[in-house]
Amino acid sequence: MLASGILGETAESMMRALKNGAGGVVTKSIGMEPRDGYLNPTVYSFQEGLLNAMGLPNPGMENYKQVIEKLKKESGGIVIGSIFGKDEQEFGALAKTMSSLKVDGLELNLSCPHAKGVGSEIGSDPDMVERVVKSARTHASVPVWAKLTPNTDSISSLAISAEKGGADAIVAINTVRAMAISARLRMPVLSNRYGGLSGKAVKHVGLRCVYEIYESVHIPVIGVGGIYTGEDAAEYLMAGASAFEIGTAVAERGPQVFSAVNRQLFAFMKKEHFSTIGEMIGIAHRQT
Amino acid sequence: MHTGKLEIVEITDITEECADVFTVMYRDRTKASPGQFIMVWAPGVNEVPMSLSFIGDEKGFTFRVLGKTTTALSRLGKGDRIGVRGVFGNSFRPVGSRILFIGGGTGVASIISAADLFSPGRRAVAAIGAKNRDGIFFAGRMKQAGADVLISTDDGSQGEKGFVTAVARRVLEREDFDTIIACGPELMLRRVAELASEFRTPAQISTERFMKCGIGICDACSLNGALVCRDGPVFDGEFLLGCDDFGRYRLSPCGARVPI
Ligand SMILES: Cc1cc2nc3c(=O)[nH]c(=O)nc-3n(C[C@H](O)[C@H](O)[C@H](O)COP(=O)(O)OP(=O)(O)OC[C@H]3O[C@@H](n4cnc5c(N)ncnc54)[C@H](O)[C@@H]3O)c2cc1C
Ligand SMILES: Cc1cc2nc3c(=O)[nH]c(=O)nc-3n(C[C@H](O)[C@H](O)[C@H](O)COP(=O)(O)O)c2cc1C
Ligand code: FES
Repeated sequence: MLASGILGETAESMMRALKNGAGGVVTKSIGMEPRDGYLNPTVYSFQEGLLNAMGLPNPGMENYKQVIEKLKKESGGIVIGSIFGKDEQEFGALAKTMSSLKVDGLELNLSCPHAKGVGSEIGSDPDMVERVVKSARTHASVPVWAKLTPNTDSISSLAISAEKGGADAIVAINTVRAMAISARLRMPVLSNRYGGLSGKAVKHVGLRCVYEIYESVHIPVIGVGGIYTGEDAAEYLMAGASAFEIGTAVAERGPQVFSAVNRQLFAFMKKEHFSTIGEMIGIAHRQT
Repeated sequence: MHTGKLEIVEITDITEECADVFTVMYRDRTKASPGQFIMVWAPGVNEVPMSLSFIGDEKGFTFRVLGKTTTALSRLGKGDRIGVRGVFGNSFRPVGSRILFIGGGTGVASIISAADLFSPGRRAVAAIGAKNRDGIFFAGRMKQAGADVLISTDDGSQGEKGFVTAVARRVLEREDFDTIIACGPELMLRRVAELASEFRTPAQISTERFMKCGIGICDACSLNGALVCRDGPVFDGEFLLGCDDFGRYRLSPCGARVPI
C-alpha cells in the first residue's frame, strides 16, 4: 500500500499508485482545519533516506471530502483514510466524518514526530493512545488501524494500549525523529529544525518494532519503513507484518515501485518455496 | 536518494536585469538542461523553486521580487552563501528547425537558456511580453542568441501594445513553426496551448505550482495528478489542455484546490 503523506494530496496521484500495483492507498493525514505546514526547506535527502518536516499540511476534513469521493468513485480501489487530531474528541469527530465517506479503513496518525500537540506528542502516552483509539473505534463504522511512533522506549506498550482501545491493526513505523545541520551555514536545514527520518536508514528500526509488536498483541501488524524491494517486504512479513506500506521509495523509484516490489516478492517466494504470503508472516519468530 | 542533495554555494555575482528583477550567479558543475529548475534556499527565510537562466558551470537564476524570499535573495551579495537542491524536472527539447519562443513576465527567465542553446543554426522568433517597459528583460540576450525579438507591453510603453499572445498569433498566421516553447502566467499559457492547438504546432509549456519537496514525494505540486516537479515543469500543450485544472485551479500550500 501507499504510505500516508506520500503523493496523497490529490485523487489522481493516489489513482496513479493504484494503477501501478498498490493494493491500496493511505491518504495523507487529515485534521479538522486547513494547515499550511512548515516553511521550506521541508525535506533533506541523502543516499540512505530522507528527512522531512512537512508539518502535516492538509486542506482540512471539509475540503478533503471531495478528494476521497473522487478517489472512491473513479478508482474503486482500497482507500484508508488517515486522520490526526489533538485529543480523543477530535479523533472521534474525524473518524465519524471519514468513515461516512465510505473509506475501507481508518489509520490513526499517533506518530508524526515533528508537529506540536498532535502526532507522537500524544501518541507516546499509552493512556492517550488507548483513549484515542477507543473514541475513533466508537465513532467509526470501518476497521481502525493505529499507526505508532518508534520515538518511545516501548513501542509494544503503545501497541498493547491500542489493542485495548479496540484497534483492528497496528501500523509501524512512522518516521524517526532526527535532524540535519548544514556545516557550511552552521545551522539546521529544516525550517522546523527537527524532522522525521525515513527510507533505507530506518528499515532496521521498523523491523525491530514490528517484531516486538507481533509478540505483544493479537491483532495484525502492518509494516512500513524503508521498504524498497521485494526482499525488504519479505523481511517485514517474516518479522510479523501481514501487509506493508511503501513511502520514501516512491520518490526514488516513482509510482512503478509497487509493481516492482510485488514482482520481486513473488520471485522471492518462488525461489524460497513459499506458496502463500501467509506462510511467511511471523516465521522469523519460530526460527529463534 | 539519487537526487536532490543540498549544496551550499557562494554567490559569484548578482545583477539587476530591470526594475525588481535580479539574476544570482553561482558556480556548480552539475549538468543541467534548459527548462530545469532548482530549489533555492535563502537561509533563515524559505526555500523556493527557480528555473535556471544560466545552465553552464556558472549557473544562475533570475527572479522578480515578490515576497519575503525573493526580497531576501535580492539583498544578498557576492560571497554570500545560499543553499541549492537540484537540478530537478524535465527540460525543453529542440524540435525541428523553426522555433517560436513565447515569454510572459518573469517566464522569460525559464525559456532563455533554451533560446541560448536552440537558436543558433535555426529560425528562431521570440515574443516577449510584460505589463510595461520596466518589466522587459533578456531581450538583448534573445537577440544575441540569434532570435528575432518582438516585444509587447500591456500598456504600450514599449513595443506593441497588448498581450504577447496577440503578437504570437500574428507570427503564427504568417509563418510555420516546428515547436513553441513558452513560459509565463498560467492564463497566458492556456492561451498559448489553445493557439498551438489551433495552428497545429506542438507546444512545450513550462508550468508553475506551489512546491515543497521538489522530488516527487509530497504531491504539493500536483496538476491533475501530474507532478510538476518530477513529470514537468515542461508539458505538451495538448496534455495541458486535457488537464481540468490547467489555467483554472491550483493547490494552495495546505493542499486545497483554489481558483487561479
Ligand atoms: C518550477 C518553477 C520555476 C520557477 N522559476 C522562477 C523563475 O525563474 N523566476 C521567478 O521569478 N520565479 C520563478 N518561480 C516562482 C517562484 O518560485 C516564486 O515567485 C517565489 O517562490 C516567490 O517567493 P516569495 O517568498 O518571494 O513570495 P511569497 O510572498 O511567499 O509568494 C508570492 C507567490 O509566489 C509563489 N510561491 C511562493 N512560494 C512558492 C513555492 N514554494 N513554490 C512555488 N511557488 C511559490 C506563490 O504563488 C505566491 O503567491 C518558479 C516557480 C516554479 C514552480
Ligand atoms: C514526506 C513525508 C510525509 C509523511 N507524512 C505522513 C503523514 O501525513 N501521516 C503519517 O502517518 N505518516 C507520514 N509519513 C510517514 C510515512 O507514512 C512512513 O511511515 C515513513 O516514511 C516510513 O516509511 P518509508 O521509509 O517507506 O518512507 C510521511 C513520510 C514522508 C517521507
Ligand atoms: S513538490 Fe513535492 S511532489 Fe512536487
